[in-house]
Amino acid sequence: METLEPILAAHPFLQGLDSRHLKIIAECAAKVNFNAGEFLLREQEEAARFYLINSGQVSVEIFRARGGPITIATLVEGEALGWLWFEKPYHWHFDARAVHLTRVLALDVKALMQRCEQDHELGYALMKRYAHLLAVQFRVTILQLVDFYGK
Amino acid sequence: MLNALADPMLPAPFRVLKVNRETGDTFTLTLAPAAGEPGFRFAPGQFNMLYVFGVGEIPISISGDPDQPETLVHTVRAVGAVSRAICGLKRGETLGVRGPFGVPWPVTKAPGWDVLVIAGGLGLAPVRPAVYHLLARRPQFGNLELIYGARTPEDLVFRQELMHWRGRFDFRVHVTVDTAKGDWRGNVGVVPNLISRARFDSEHTMALICGPGVMMRFTVQELLNRGVKMENIYVSLERNMKCGLGLCGHCQLGPVFVCKDGPVFSYDRVRDWFLLREV
Ligand SMILES: Cc1cc2nc3c(=O)[nH]c(=O)nc-3n(C[C@H](O)[C@H](O)[C@H](O)COP(=O)(O)OP(=O)(O)OC[C@H]3O[C@@H](n4cnc5c(N)ncnc54)[C@H](O)[C@@H]3O)c2cc1C
Ligand code: FES
Repeated sequence: METLEPILAAHPFLQGLDSRHLKIIAECAAKVNFNAGEFLLREQEEAARFYLINSGQVSVEIFRARGGPITIATLVEGEALGWLWFEKPYHWHFDARAVHLTRVLALDVKALMQRCEQDHELGYALMKRYAHLLAVQFRVTILQLVDFYGK
Repeated sequence: MLNALADPMLPAPFRVLKVNRETGDTFTLTLAPAAGEPGFRFAPGQFNMLYVFGVGEIPISISGDPDQPETLVHTVRAVGAVSRAICGLKRGETLGVRGPFGVPWPVTKAPGWDVLVIAGGLGLAPVRPAVYHLLARRPQFGNLELIYGARTPEDLVFRQELMHWRGRFDFRVHVTVDTAKGDWRGNVGVVPNLISRARFDSEHTMALICGPGVMMRFTVQELLNRGVKMENIYVSLERNMKCGLGLCGHCQLGPVFVCKDGPVFSYDRVRDWFLLREV
């Protein structure tokens, strides 16, 4: 059976993680492809999986009843999608769909959380990466709120 | 060939040859000397003072190709009285031009370097001449990348050209917008975030940045985080101007005059003033 550890190790989100932890994460991971237009996650759905993007492009969208979807971010190879799964009630707050064929590693959130509870070193290593992701996302959101290119 | 005009305080009449609408409020004007002189030489990053008879005079960067001095190209956003009057000019009408003024982008120092050109909003206009210059001499440089951001897809200027540049195999072009509706298939996100997608050797990278203050501040920070040296980061600054020649003091920023010592500065030179909110 193919092991996912080398692919996980190569992803920037997990870079530097030791092999013991990579092995644990690999037990919670699966390779998944999404065709253009397919949803990786949808608003209100349970946050069951968290994605590490290996190739392709994903648009993160908010749906407006009158105006239809509006894209608030795009993610590409090397980036992570689904950074809110640590927060209860573990539901997504937005939609995300593939712009074109997108290959990801899908991580099972429940299984991963269980492993983190059992192994706090792993939990801390993932939390550090999460904190970084959140900090970046926070900065980006602020910049998007001000009219960055303003007149 | 017109160069620095004989009396730098006296506008020379130029005729409008063509007007292109870039966005709802931004227009590109192609001009030629009304008296029939053969053209107008300038260096990438320089600006002219454009004078609309009876309305006023404002500084506007030259956005055309420095290797094609037969015509003079400016891209203007209508924000007030003078810029609106310029955008309202029709083919065949004339305006006054003084210039070229200011310190250009350091493109002559770029051979042997990776070059990152980073622009936000209308900031692509003042760096476009540098892009033309670099592309015309492409083999002399290492990686060459453009990162360009605007508020929405409708706010992107020079769309045709961006598509043309994207088609080249020796120039990586990243375009991003803050938000987009359904049919946009490009990037959504802010410019500083895209720097992580650019390929460059930070030790040997020169960055040319032009855009609104907030965008430049965060972009500079990201480049510094990535190890690009302060003295290799160049920013183009805007100040209100009157003379354009370093005489009136209108454009003073700390110890420098933006019209004469700039508008292009290396970041290490203007860092203290750049971070101040009101000077
Ligand atoms: C070196 C240099 C190069 C420039 N290059 C260009 C260029 O290539 N294209 C271009 O369109 N503009 C450029 N500008 C800015 C341009 O000079 C100003 O937009 C212009 O002076 C506004 O004059 P106005 O009489 O039309 O408006 P004003 O009556 O002076 O201003 C009207 C309103 O617009 C706001 N405003 C003034 N300047 C700007 C600005 N730069 N951006 C946004 N809002 C502004 C004012 O705060 C005011 O609210 C450059 C400025 C400098 C210093
Ligand atoms: S505009 Fe007069 S000194 Fe700069």
